[in-house]
Amino acid sequence: MLIRKSDSLYGSNIPSSEITPKDKWLNRRSLLTGAAAAGVIALGADRMAEVLSPTRSALAAGKLATVKSQLSTTGEELTLLKDVTSYNNFYEFGTDKADPGHNAGILPTRPWSVKISGLVKAPKVLDIDSLLKLRPLEERVYRFRCVEGWSMVIPWVGYSLSELIKVCDPLPSAKFVEFTSYFDRRVEKWTSESNIAWPYSEGLRMDEAMNPLTLLTLGLYGDVLPGQNGAPVRVIVPWKYGFKSAKSIVGIKFVDKMPATTWNDLAANEYGFYSNVNPNVDHPRWSQKTERRIGQPFYAQRHPTLMFNGYGDQVASLYNGMDLKKFY
Amino acid sequence: MKKSTLILLKVLVWVACLYPVATLIYGALTNDLGPDPTKTITFRTGSTALNLLVISLGITPLRQLWSKLSWLIKFRRLLGLFAFFYASAHLMAYVGLYSSFDPNTMVQDILKRKFITVGVLAWLLLVPLAITSTTGMIKRLGGKNWNRLHKLVYLSVSLGIVHYWWQVKQGVLAPLPITLILTGLFVARPLLDWWKARKTARLRAAKA
Repeated sequence: MLIRKSDSLYGSNIPSSEITPKDKWLNRRSLLTGAAAAGVIALGADRMAEVLSPTRSALAAGKLATVKSQLSTTGEELTLLKDVTSYNNFYEFGTDKADPGHNAGILPTRPWSVKISGLVKAPKVLDIDSLLKLRPLEERVYRFRCVEGWSMVIPWVGYSLSELIKVCDPLPSAKFVEFTSYFDRRVEKWTSESNIAWPYSEGLRMDEAMNPLTLLTLGLYGDVLPGQNGAPVRVIVPWKYGFKSAKSIVGIKFVDKMPATTWNDLAANEYGFYSNVNPNVDHPRWSQKTERRIGQPFYAQRHPTLMFNGYGDQVASLYNGMDLKKFY
Repeated sequence: MKKSTLILLKVLVWVACLYPVATLIYGALTNDLGPDPTKTITFRTGSTALNLLVISLGITPLRQLWSKLSWLIKFRRLLGLFAFFYASAHLMAYVGLYSSFDPNTMVQDILKRKFITVGVLAWLLLVPLAITSTTGMIKRLGGKNWNRLHKLVYLSVSLGIVHYWWQVKQGVLAPLPITLILTGLFVARPLLDWWKARKTARLRAAKA
Protein backbone atom coordinates (compact mmCIF):
# COMPACT_ATOMS: atom_id res chain seq x y z
CA MET A 1 0.00 0.00 0.00
CA LEU A 2 1.31 3.37 -0.93
CA ILE A 3 1.02 6.16 1.56
CA ARG A 4 1.94 9.45 0.08
CA LYS A 5 1.71 11.86 2.94
CA SER A 6 2.48 11.84 6.63
CA ASP A 7 0.02 13.53 8.94
CA SER A 8 2.73 15.52 10.63
CA LEU A 9 3.04 17.64 7.50
CA TYR A 10 -0.49 18.85 7.87
CA GLY A 11 -0.83 21.98 9.95
CA SER A 12 0.49 25.46 9.65
CA ASN A 13 3.36 25.42 12.11
CA ILE A 14 5.96 24.08 9.74
CA PRO A 15 8.81 26.36 8.63
CA SER A 16 8.94 27.43 5.02
CA SER A 17 12.18 25.53 4.57
CA GLU A 18 10.16 22.35 4.79
CA ILE A 19 7.90 23.12 1.90
CA THR A 20 8.38 20.76 -1.03
CA PRO A 21 11.46 21.80 -3.00
CA LYS A 22 11.15 22.00 -6.75
CA ASP A 23 13.25 18.97 -7.62
CA LYS A 24 11.06 16.95 -5.28
CA TRP A 25 7.79 17.79 -6.95
CA LEU A 26 9.30 17.35 -10.37
CA ASN A 27 10.35 13.88 -9.39
CA ARG A 28 7.46 12.90 -7.22
CA ARG A 29 5.29 11.66 -10.01
CA SER A 30 7.96 9.28 -11.25
CA LEU A 31 8.91 8.27 -7.71
CA LEU A 32 5.30 7.48 -6.96
CA THR A 33 4.77 5.53 -10.10
CA GLY A 34 8.02 3.73 -9.44
CA ALA A 35 6.90 2.75 -5.97
CA ALA A 36 3.57 1.61 -7.29
CA ALA A 37 5.33 -0.45 -9.92
CA ALA A 38 7.49 -2.05 -7.27
CA GLY A 39 4.48 -2.78 -5.10
CA VAL A 40 2.30 -4.36 -7.70
CA ILE A 41 3.70 -7.27 -9.62
CA ALA A 42 1.22 -7.41 -12.44
CA LEU A 43 1.73 -3.85 -13.55
CA GLY A 44 1.58 -2.83 -17.19
CA ALA A 45 4.61 -1.67 -19.14
CA ASP A 46 3.04 1.72 -19.81
CA ARG A 47 3.73 2.73 -16.22
CA MET A 48 7.36 1.73 -16.44
CA ALA A 49 7.65 3.99 -19.45
CA GLU A 50 6.45 6.88 -17.31
CA VAL A 51 9.08 6.16 -14.70
CA LEU A 52 11.80 6.17 -17.30
CA SER A 53 10.68 9.34 -19.06
CA PRO A 54 8.86 11.99 -17.03
CA THR A 55 5.88 13.76 -18.59
CA ARG A 56 6.29 16.64 -20.98
CA SER A 57 4.61 19.05 -18.60
CA ALA A 58 7.15 18.27 -15.89
CA LEU A 59 10.05 18.83 -18.29
CA ALA A 60 8.61 22.07 -19.58
CA ALA A 61 8.30 23.48 -16.06
CA GLY A 62 10.54 26.29 -14.93
CA LYS A 63 10.01 28.64 -17.86
CA LEU A 64 9.04 31.69 -15.84
CA ALA A 65 11.56 33.46 -13.63
CA THR A 66 10.01 34.03 -10.24
CA VAL A 67 10.91 35.50 -6.90
CA LYS A 68 9.77 34.10 -3.55
CA SER A 69 6.91 35.86 -1.84
CA GLN A 70 6.24 36.63 1.82
CA LEU A 71 2.56 36.03 1.07
CA SER A 72 3.17 32.41 0.10
CA THR A 73 1.46 29.79 2.26
CA THR A 74 3.80 27.47 4.12
CA GLY A 75 3.39 24.10 5.79
CA GLU A 76 1.27 22.46 3.13
CA GLU A 77 2.23 19.70 0.79
CA LEU A 78 1.80 20.80 -2.82
CA THR A 79 -0.77 19.07 -4.96
CA LEU A 80 0.95 17.22 -7.80
CA LEU A 81 1.18 19.05 -11.11
CA LYS A 82 -0.62 16.21 -12.87
CA ASP A 83 -3.59 16.57 -10.50
CA VAL A 84 -3.62 20.37 -10.73
CA THR A 85 -3.81 20.06 -14.52
CA SER A 86 -6.16 17.10 -14.87
CA TYR A 87 -8.89 17.89 -12.36
CA ASN A 88 -10.52 21.15 -13.36
CA ASN A 89 -13.81 22.97 -13.50
CA PHE A 90 -13.80 24.94 -16.74
CA TYR A 91 -17.24 24.31 -18.18
CA GLU A 92 -16.47 26.06 -21.46
CA PHE A 93 -14.37 22.98 -22.16
CA GLY A 94 -16.71 20.32 -20.77
CA THR A 95 -18.39 19.57 -17.48
CA ASP A 96 -16.37 16.52 -16.48
CA LYS A 97 -13.32 17.24 -14.32
CA ALA A 98 -11.03 15.60 -16.87
CA ASP A 99 -12.53 17.39 -19.90
CA PRO A 100 -10.68 20.74 -19.65
CA GLY A 101 -7.35 18.92 -19.45
CA HIS A 102 -8.15 17.23 -22.74
CA ASN A 103 -9.86 20.10 -24.50
CA ALA A 104 -8.50 23.44 -23.29
CA GLY A 105 -5.19 23.16 -25.14
CA ILE A 106 -6.83 24.88 -28.10
CA LEU A 107 -7.29 28.15 -26.18
CA PRO A 108 -5.61 30.73 -28.44
CA THR A 109 -3.49 32.34 -25.73
CA ARG A 110 -1.37 34.46 -28.07
CA PRO A 111 -2.01 37.12 -29.09
CA TRP A 112 -4.15 37.87 -26.04
CA SER A 113 -5.36 41.17 -24.75
CA VAL A 114 -7.27 42.32 -21.73
CA LYS A 115 -9.66 45.23 -22.12
CA ILE A 116 -9.69 47.64 -19.19
CA SER A 117 -12.94 49.60 -19.14
CA GLY A 118 -15.60 51.24 -17.02
CA LEU A 119 -14.86 53.78 -14.32
CA VAL A 120 -11.23 54.46 -15.18
CA LYS A 121 -9.41 57.63 -16.18
CA ALA A 122 -8.70 56.18 -19.61
CA PRO A 123 -9.85 52.80 -20.96
CA LYS A 124 -7.04 50.73 -22.42
CA VAL A 125 -6.08 47.37 -23.82
CA LEU A 126 -3.17 45.45 -22.32
CA ASP A 127 -1.57 42.55 -24.13
CA ILE A 128 -0.35 39.46 -22.36
CA ASP A 129 3.34 40.32 -22.77
CA SER A 130 2.93 43.65 -21.07
CA LEU A 131 1.09 41.91 -18.22
CA LEU A 132 3.94 39.42 -17.87
CA LYS A 133 6.42 42.29 -17.66
CA LEU A 134 4.45 44.73 -15.53
CA ARG A 135 5.88 43.54 -12.19
CA PRO A 136 8.36 40.84 -11.12
CA LEU A 137 6.60 37.49 -11.09
CA GLU A 138 6.26 35.92 -7.66
CA GLU A 139 5.70 32.33 -6.70
CA ARG A 140 2.72 32.19 -4.36
CA VAL A 141 1.65 28.94 -2.81
CA TYR A 142 -2.03 29.12 -1.91
CA ARG A 143 -4.62 26.70 -0.71
CA PHE A 144 -7.38 26.43 -3.30
CA ARG A 145 -10.81 25.43 -2.01
CA CYS A 146 -13.59 24.58 -4.42
CA VAL A 147 -17.19 25.17 -3.36
CA GLU A 148 -17.81 21.52 -4.26
CA GLY A 149 -15.79 20.44 -1.24
CA TRP A 150 -12.36 19.58 -2.64
CA SER A 151 -9.10 21.44 -2.26
CA MET A 152 -5.57 21.68 -3.58
CA VAL A 153 -2.35 23.50 -2.71
CA ILE A 154 -0.95 25.21 -5.78
CA PRO A 155 2.23 27.23 -6.42
CA TRP A 156 0.80 30.02 -8.58
CA VAL A 157 2.91 32.57 -10.44
CA GLY A 158 1.90 36.20 -10.66
CA TYR A 159 1.73 39.42 -8.71
CA SER A 160 -0.89 41.21 -6.67
CA LEU A 161 -3.86 42.34 -8.75
CA SER A 162 -3.56 45.67 -6.95
CA GLU A 163 -0.42 46.37 -8.98
CA LEU A 164 -2.43 46.15 -12.19
CA ILE A 165 -5.34 48.10 -10.74
CA LYS A 166 -2.97 50.97 -9.89
CA VAL A 167 -1.93 51.06 -13.54
CA CYS A 168 -5.60 51.08 -14.58
CA ASP A 169 -6.26 54.33 -12.67
CA PRO A 170 -9.82 53.64 -11.49
CA LEU A 171 -11.99 56.60 -10.54
CA PRO A 172 -13.00 57.03 -6.88
CA SER A 173 -16.53 56.06 -7.90
CA ALA A 174 -15.35 52.53 -8.78
CA LYS A 175 -16.65 50.20 -6.06
CA PHE A 176 -16.46 46.81 -7.75
CA VAL A 177 -14.35 45.04 -10.35
CA GLU A 178 -15.96 42.80 -12.93
CA PHE A 179 -13.98 40.09 -14.74
CA THR A 180 -15.09 38.67 -18.05
CA SER A 181 -13.71 35.38 -19.30
CA TYR A 182 -12.88 34.44 -22.87
CA PHE A 183 -15.82 33.13 -24.82
CA ASP A 184 -15.89 31.85 -28.37
CA ARG A 185 -18.30 29.09 -29.25
CA ARG A 186 -16.12 28.07 -32.21
CA VAL A 187 -13.22 27.33 -29.84
CA GLU A 188 -15.19 26.31 -26.76
CA LYS A 189 -17.38 23.70 -28.36
CA TRP A 190 -18.55 22.29 -25.06
CA THR A 191 -20.54 25.26 -23.77
CA SER A 192 -23.86 23.59 -24.51
CA GLU A 193 -23.07 20.81 -22.01
CA SER A 194 -24.23 23.17 -19.32
CA ASN A 195 -27.07 25.60 -19.19
CA ILE A 196 -24.97 28.67 -18.46
CA ALA A 197 -25.24 32.16 -19.94
CA TRP A 198 -21.77 32.75 -21.37
CA PRO A 199 -19.38 34.47 -21.11
CA TYR A 200 -18.40 33.56 -17.58
CA SER A 201 -18.21 36.59 -15.37
CA GLU A 202 -17.11 37.18 -11.82
CA GLY A 203 -16.60 40.14 -9.57
CA LEU A 204 -14.96 41.45 -6.43
CA ARG A 205 -15.50 44.39 -4.18
CA MET A 206 -12.79 47.00 -4.76
CA ASP A 207 -11.13 46.42 -1.38
CA GLU A 208 -11.10 42.66 -2.01
CA ALA A 209 -9.49 43.20 -5.38
CA MET A 210 -6.91 45.54 -3.81
CA ASN A 211 -5.98 43.09 -1.05
CA PRO A 212 -2.39 41.98 -1.67
CA LEU A 213 -3.42 38.31 -1.50
CA THR A 214 -5.57 38.67 -4.61
CA LEU A 215 -3.25 37.44 -7.31
CA LEU A 216 -3.16 38.33 -10.97
CA THR A 217 -2.09 34.87 -12.02
CA LEU A 218 -0.02 34.13 -15.10
CA GLY A 219 1.44 30.73 -14.28
CA LEU A 220 1.69 27.76 -11.98
CA TYR A 221 4.52 25.44 -11.02
CA GLY A 222 6.97 27.91 -12.56
CA ASP A 223 5.47 27.72 -16.03
CA VAL A 224 2.81 29.64 -17.94
CA LEU A 225 -0.78 28.66 -17.12
CA PRO A 226 -2.03 25.57 -18.92
CA GLY A 227 -5.29 26.15 -20.79
CA GLN A 228 -7.36 24.15 -18.30
CA ASN A 229 -6.13 26.33 -15.43
CA GLY A 230 -7.27 29.54 -17.09
CA ALA A 231 -4.53 30.49 -19.54
CA PRO A 232 -3.07 32.91 -20.11
CA VAL A 233 -4.24 35.15 -17.27
CA ARG A 234 -6.69 34.74 -14.41
CA VAL A 235 -7.22 35.91 -10.88
CA ILE A 236 -6.76 33.84 -7.75
CA VAL A 237 -8.65 34.91 -4.65
CA PRO A 238 -7.40 32.35 -2.13
CA TRP A 239 -9.89 33.04 0.67
CA LYS A 240 -12.91 32.55 -1.58
CA TYR A 241 -14.37 29.46 -3.22
CA GLY A 242 -12.63 28.67 -6.48
CA PHE A 243 -15.37 29.83 -8.84
CA LYS A 244 -14.73 33.43 -7.72
CA SER A 245 -11.29 33.19 -9.34
CA ALA A 246 -12.18 33.92 -12.97
CA LYS A 247 -10.16 32.19 -15.67
CA SER A 248 -8.85 33.30 -19.08
CA ILE A 249 -9.71 36.93 -18.49
CA VAL A 250 -10.36 39.21 -21.48
CA GLY A 251 -12.06 42.07 -19.69
CA ILE A 252 -11.66 43.96 -16.44
CA LYS A 253 -14.34 46.53 -15.84
CA PHE A 254 -14.60 48.95 -12.93
CA VAL A 255 -18.18 49.59 -11.87
CA ASP A 256 -20.08 51.33 -9.09
CA LYS A 257 -22.66 48.59 -8.44
CA MET A 258 -22.27 44.96 -7.48
CA PRO A 259 -21.94 43.20 -10.84
CA ALA A 260 -23.96 40.16 -11.89
CA THR A 261 -21.85 37.01 -11.65
CA THR A 262 -22.33 33.68 -13.40
CA TRP A 263 -22.98 31.24 -10.55
CA ASN A 264 -24.85 33.76 -8.47
CA ASP A 265 -27.20 34.29 -11.43
CA LEU A 266 -27.70 30.54 -11.77
CA ALA A 267 -28.35 29.75 -8.11
CA ALA A 268 -28.15 32.71 -5.75
CA ASN A 269 -29.07 30.55 -2.75
CA GLU A 270 -26.02 28.35 -3.33
CA TYR A 271 -23.39 30.79 -4.58
CA GLY A 272 -23.34 34.17 -2.90
CA PHE A 273 -21.50 37.15 -4.32
CA TYR A 274 -18.96 36.99 -1.50
CA SER A 275 -18.53 33.22 -1.32
CA ASN A 276 -15.78 33.41 1.27
CA VAL A 277 -14.58 30.00 2.39
CA ASN A 278 -16.51 29.46 5.61
CA PRO A 279 -16.82 26.14 7.45
CA ASN A 280 -19.76 27.52 9.44
CA VAL A 281 -21.98 28.25 6.47
CA ASP A 282 -23.06 25.10 4.68
CA HIS A 283 -23.77 24.90 1.01
CA PRO A 284 -27.49 24.03 0.88
CA ARG A 285 -26.61 20.60 -0.46
CA TRP A 286 -23.52 19.74 1.52
CA SER A 287 -21.53 20.69 4.57
CA GLN A 288 -18.52 22.96 4.14
CA LYS A 289 -16.95 21.92 7.45
CA THR A 290 -14.47 19.60 5.79
CA GLU A 291 -12.81 19.21 2.42
CA ARG A 292 -11.24 16.46 0.34
CA ARG A 293 -7.62 17.15 -0.49
CA ILE A 294 -6.95 16.19 -4.09
CA GLY A 295 -4.28 13.56 -4.71
CA GLN A 296 -4.44 11.92 -1.31
CA PRO A 297 -5.65 8.35 -0.73
CA PHE A 298 -9.37 7.99 -0.03
CA TYR A 299 -8.89 7.10 3.63
CA ALA A 300 -6.80 10.22 4.29
CA GLN A 301 -8.50 12.75 2.05
CA ARG A 302 -10.67 14.56 4.59
CA HIS A 303 -9.35 17.69 6.27
CA PRO A 304 -11.07 20.40 8.26
CA THR A 305 -11.90 23.52 6.27
CA LEU A 306 -10.39 26.71 7.68
CA MET A 307 -12.22 30.02 8.03
CA PHE A 308 -11.33 32.22 5.04
CA ASN A 309 -9.42 29.15 3.85
CA GLY A 310 -6.80 29.95 6.49
CA TYR A 311 -6.24 33.54 5.32
CA GLY A 312 -8.29 35.23 8.05
CA ASP A 313 -5.33 37.22 9.39
CA GLN A 314 -5.05 39.05 6.10
CA VAL A 315 -8.70 39.35 5.06
CA ALA A 316 -11.09 39.03 8.02
CA SER A 317 -11.01 42.80 8.55
CA LEU A 318 -12.55 43.33 5.10
CA TYR A 319 -15.79 41.96 6.50
CA ASN A 320 -15.91 43.67 9.89
CA GLY A 321 -19.48 44.14 11.03
CA MET A 322 -20.88 41.97 8.26
CA ASP A 323 -23.06 38.97 9.05
CA LEU A 324 -21.23 36.29 7.07
CA LYS A 325 -24.21 33.94 7.33
CA LYS A 326 -26.27 36.52 5.49
CA PHE A 327 -23.55 37.65 3.10
CA TYR A 328 -22.34 34.15 2.22
CA MET B 1 -31.68 -21.55 -25.66
CA LYS B 2 -29.03 -24.16 -25.05
CA LYS B 3 -27.94 -24.64 -21.49
CA SER B 4 -24.28 -24.04 -22.33
CA THR B 5 -25.12 -20.73 -24.01
CA LEU B 6 -27.07 -19.64 -20.97
CA ILE B 7 -24.20 -20.51 -18.66
CA LEU B 8 -21.77 -18.60 -20.87
CA LEU B 9 -24.07 -15.57 -20.89
CA LYS B 10 -24.45 -15.72 -17.13
CA VAL B 11 -20.69 -15.76 -16.70
CA LEU B 12 -20.39 -12.76 -19.00
CA VAL B 13 -23.04 -10.83 -17.08
CA TRP B 14 -21.32 -11.63 -13.80
CA VAL B 15 -18.01 -10.41 -15.16
CA ALA B 16 -19.58 -7.22 -16.52
CA CYS B 17 -21.35 -6.54 -13.22
CA LEU B 18 -18.23 -7.17 -11.15
CA TYR B 19 -16.00 -5.09 -13.41
CA PRO B 20 -16.76 -1.68 -11.84
CA VAL B 21 -16.09 -2.86 -8.29
CA ALA B 22 -12.99 -4.75 -9.41
CA THR B 23 -11.50 -1.61 -10.96
CA LEU B 24 -12.29 0.32 -7.78
CA ILE B 25 -10.55 -2.24 -5.58
CA TYR B 26 -7.56 -2.42 -7.92
CA GLY B 27 -7.42 1.39 -8.00
CA ALA B 28 -7.58 1.60 -4.20
CA LEU B 29 -4.74 -0.91 -3.80
CA THR B 30 -2.50 0.86 -6.32
CA ASN B 31 -3.51 4.35 -5.19
CA ASP B 32 -4.75 5.03 -8.67
CA LEU B 33 -8.32 6.24 -8.28
CA GLY B 34 -7.68 9.59 -9.91
CA PRO B 35 -7.15 12.97 -8.28
CA ASP B 36 -10.25 12.69 -6.09
CA PRO B 37 -10.54 9.03 -4.96
CA THR B 38 -13.50 9.72 -2.65
CA LYS B 39 -15.49 11.14 -5.52
CA THR B 40 -14.41 8.37 -7.91
CA ILE B 41 -15.65 5.71 -5.48
CA THR B 42 -18.90 7.53 -4.77
CA PHE B 43 -19.68 8.42 -8.35
CA ARG B 44 -18.83 5.06 -9.87
CA THR B 45 -20.86 3.04 -7.36
CA GLY B 46 -23.83 5.39 -7.69
CA SER B 47 -23.87 5.56 -11.45
CA THR B 48 -23.39 1.78 -11.77
CA ALA B 49 -26.37 1.23 -9.48
CA LEU B 50 -28.54 3.52 -11.62
CA ASN B 51 -27.32 2.01 -14.88
CA LEU B 52 -28.03 -1.54 -13.71
CA LEU B 53 -31.49 -0.58 -12.46
CA VAL B 54 -32.33 1.02 -15.78
CA ILE B 55 -31.00 -1.98 -17.72
CA SER B 56 -33.05 -4.37 -15.57
CA LEU B 57 -36.14 -2.28 -16.27
CA GLY B 58 -35.49 -2.58 -19.99
CA ILE B 59 -35.89 -6.34 -19.92
CA THR B 60 -39.67 -6.55 -19.78
CA PRO B 61 -40.31 -4.14 -22.69
CA LEU B 62 -37.70 -5.96 -24.78
CA ARG B 63 -39.40 -9.29 -24.11
CA GLN B 64 -42.75 -7.85 -25.08
CA LEU B 65 -41.32 -6.46 -28.27
CA TRP B 66 -39.58 -9.66 -29.39
CA SER B 67 -40.82 -12.90 -27.94
CA LYS B 68 -37.50 -14.44 -29.03
CA LEU B 69 -35.83 -12.46 -26.27
CA SER B 70 -37.99 -13.89 -23.51
CA TRP B 71 -34.93 -15.67 -22.02
CA LEU B 72 -33.75 -12.22 -20.85
CA ILE B 73 -35.95 -12.71 -17.79
CA LYS B 74 -33.33 -15.09 -16.44
CA PHE B 75 -31.01 -12.11 -15.95
CA ARG B 76 -33.34 -9.65 -14.32
CA ARG B 77 -32.88 -10.79 -10.72
CA LEU B 78 -29.10 -10.86 -11.16
CA LEU B 79 -29.05 -7.29 -12.50
CA GLY B 80 -31.40 -6.09 -9.79
CA LEU B 81 -29.31 -7.62 -7.03
CA PHE B 82 -26.11 -6.16 -8.45
CA ALA B 83 -27.86 -2.78 -8.62
CA PHE B 84 -28.70 -3.18 -4.93
CA PHE B 85 -25.09 -4.14 -4.21
CA TYR B 86 -23.78 -0.99 -5.90
CA ALA B 87 -26.43 1.19 -4.29
CA SER B 88 -25.36 -0.20 -0.90
CA ALA B 89 -21.69 0.39 -1.71
CA HIS B 90 -22.63 3.95 -2.71
CA LEU B 91 -24.41 4.45 0.60
CA MET B 92 -21.43 3.03 2.49
CA ALA B 93 -19.12 5.40 0.59
CA TYR B 94 -21.22 8.28 1.89
CA VAL B 95 -21.29 6.87 5.43
CA GLY B 96 -17.54 6.29 5.58
CA LEU B 97 -16.02 8.96 3.37
CA TYR B 98 -18.46 11.86 3.71
CA SER B 99 -20.01 11.55 7.16
CA SER B 100 -16.92 9.84 8.66
CA PHE B 101 -19.30 7.38 10.41
CA ASP B 102 -20.72 10.23 12.51
CA PRO B 103 -24.42 9.51 13.20
CA ASN B 104 -25.08 13.16 13.98
CA THR B 105 -23.77 14.28 10.61
CA MET B 106 -25.80 11.58 8.88
CA VAL B 107 -29.04 12.59 10.58
CA GLN B 108 -28.39 16.26 9.83
CA ASP B 109 -27.63 15.49 6.18
CA ILE B 110 -30.71 13.32 5.73
CA LEU B 111 -32.96 15.93 7.31
CA LYS B 112 -31.42 19.00 5.72
CA ARG B 113 -30.22 17.97 2.29
CA LYS B 114 -32.98 16.82 0.01
CA PHE B 115 -30.67 15.10 -2.47
CA ILE B 116 -29.44 12.91 0.38
CA THR B 117 -32.99 12.39 1.65
CA VAL B 118 -34.21 11.08 -1.70
CA GLY B 119 -31.03 9.05 -2.15
CA VAL B 120 -31.51 7.25 1.16
CA LEU B 121 -35.19 6.78 0.33
CA ALA B 122 -34.29 5.24 -3.03
CA TRP B 123 -31.98 2.78 -1.28
CA LEU B 124 -34.54 1.95 1.43
CA LEU B 125 -37.10 1.09 -1.24
CA LEU B 126 -34.66 -1.39 -2.76
CA VAL B 127 -34.21 -3.27 0.53
CA PRO B 128 -37.57 -5.13 0.53
CA LEU B 129 -37.06 -5.91 -3.15
CA ALA B 130 -33.67 -7.49 -2.48
CA ILE B 131 -35.04 -9.45 0.48
CA THR B 132 -37.94 -10.84 -1.55
CA SER B 133 -35.84 -11.66 -4.58
CA THR B 134 -35.42 -15.35 -3.77
CA THR B 135 -37.55 -17.99 -5.44
CA GLY B 136 -38.82 -19.06 -2.03
CA MET B 137 -40.04 -15.54 -1.28
CA ILE B 138 -41.74 -15.27 -4.66
CA LYS B 139 -43.64 -18.47 -3.86
CA ARG B 140 -44.48 -17.36 -0.36
CA LEU B 141 -45.81 -13.98 -1.52
CA GLY B 142 -47.54 -15.32 -4.58
CA GLY B 143 -46.82 -13.98 -8.04
CA LYS B 144 -49.43 -11.25 -7.93
CA ASN B 145 -48.36 -9.77 -4.61
CA TRP B 146 -44.72 -10.10 -5.52
CA ASN B 147 -45.30 -8.22 -8.76
CA ARG B 148 -47.19 -5.53 -6.93
CA LEU B 149 -44.41 -5.13 -4.37
CA HIS B 150 -41.73 -5.01 -7.02
CA LYS B 151 -43.43 -2.09 -8.76
CA LEU B 152 -41.56 -0.14 -6.07
CA VAL B 153 -38.51 -0.33 -8.28
CA TYR B 154 -40.02 2.38 -10.49
CA LEU B 155 -40.28 4.72 -7.54
CA SER B 156 -36.78 3.84 -6.39
CA VAL B 157 -35.10 4.41 -9.73
CA SER B 158 -37.02 7.67 -10.21
CA LEU B 159 -35.82 8.89 -6.82
CA GLY B 160 -32.33 7.80 -7.81
CA ILE B 161 -32.49 9.99 -10.90
CA VAL B 162 -33.84 12.92 -8.88
CA HIS B 163 -30.98 12.33 -6.43
CA TYR B 164 -28.53 12.62 -9.34
CA TRP B 165 -30.08 15.84 -10.68
CA TRP B 166 -30.17 17.45 -7.26
CA GLN B 167 -26.57 16.52 -6.60
CA VAL B 168 -25.04 18.10 -9.69
CA LYS B 169 -24.66 21.86 -10.00
CA GLN B 170 -27.45 23.85 -11.54
CA GLY B 171 -26.90 24.04 -15.27
CA VAL B 172 -25.02 20.74 -15.48
CA LEU B 173 -26.75 18.31 -17.81
CA ALA B 174 -24.79 15.13 -17.05
CA PRO B 175 -27.86 13.21 -15.74
CA LEU B 176 -29.79 13.91 -18.95
CA PRO B 177 -28.94 10.76 -20.98
CA ILE B 178 -29.99 8.27 -18.30
CA THR B 179 -33.08 10.36 -17.58
CA LEU B 180 -34.10 10.20 -21.23
CA ILE B 181 -33.52 6.45 -21.38
CA LEU B 182 -35.62 5.88 -18.26
CA THR B 183 -38.36 8.14 -19.60
CA GLY B 184 -38.31 6.09 -22.79
CA LEU B 185 -38.77 2.92 -20.76
CA PHE B 186 -41.64 4.44 -18.81
CA VAL B 187 -43.36 5.48 -22.01
CA ALA B 188 -42.64 2.12 -23.65
CA ARG B 189 -44.72 0.11 -21.20
CA PRO B 190 -48.19 1.64 -21.85
CA LEU B 191 -47.35 1.88 -25.56
CA LEU B 192 -46.48 -1.80 -25.72
CA ASP B 193 -49.61 -2.73 -23.76
CA TRP B 194 -51.73 -0.74 -26.20
CA TRP B 195 -49.96 -2.29 -29.19
CA LYS B 196 -50.48 -5.79 -27.82
CA ALA B 197 -54.14 -5.14 -27.08
CA ARG B 198 -54.66 -3.93 -30.62
CA LYS B 199 -52.93 -6.96 -32.04
CA THR B 200 -55.08 -9.41 -30.07
CA ALA B 201 -58.21 -7.47 -30.97
CA ARG B 202 -57.31 -7.73 -34.65
CA LEU B 203 -56.59 -11.42 -34.36
CA ARG B 204 -59.94 -11.94 -32.70
CA ALA B 205 -61.67 -9.91 -35.37
CA ALA B 206 -59.96 -11.94 -38.07
CA LYS B 207 -61.09 -15.16 -36.45
CA ALA B 208 -64.65 -13.99 -36.14
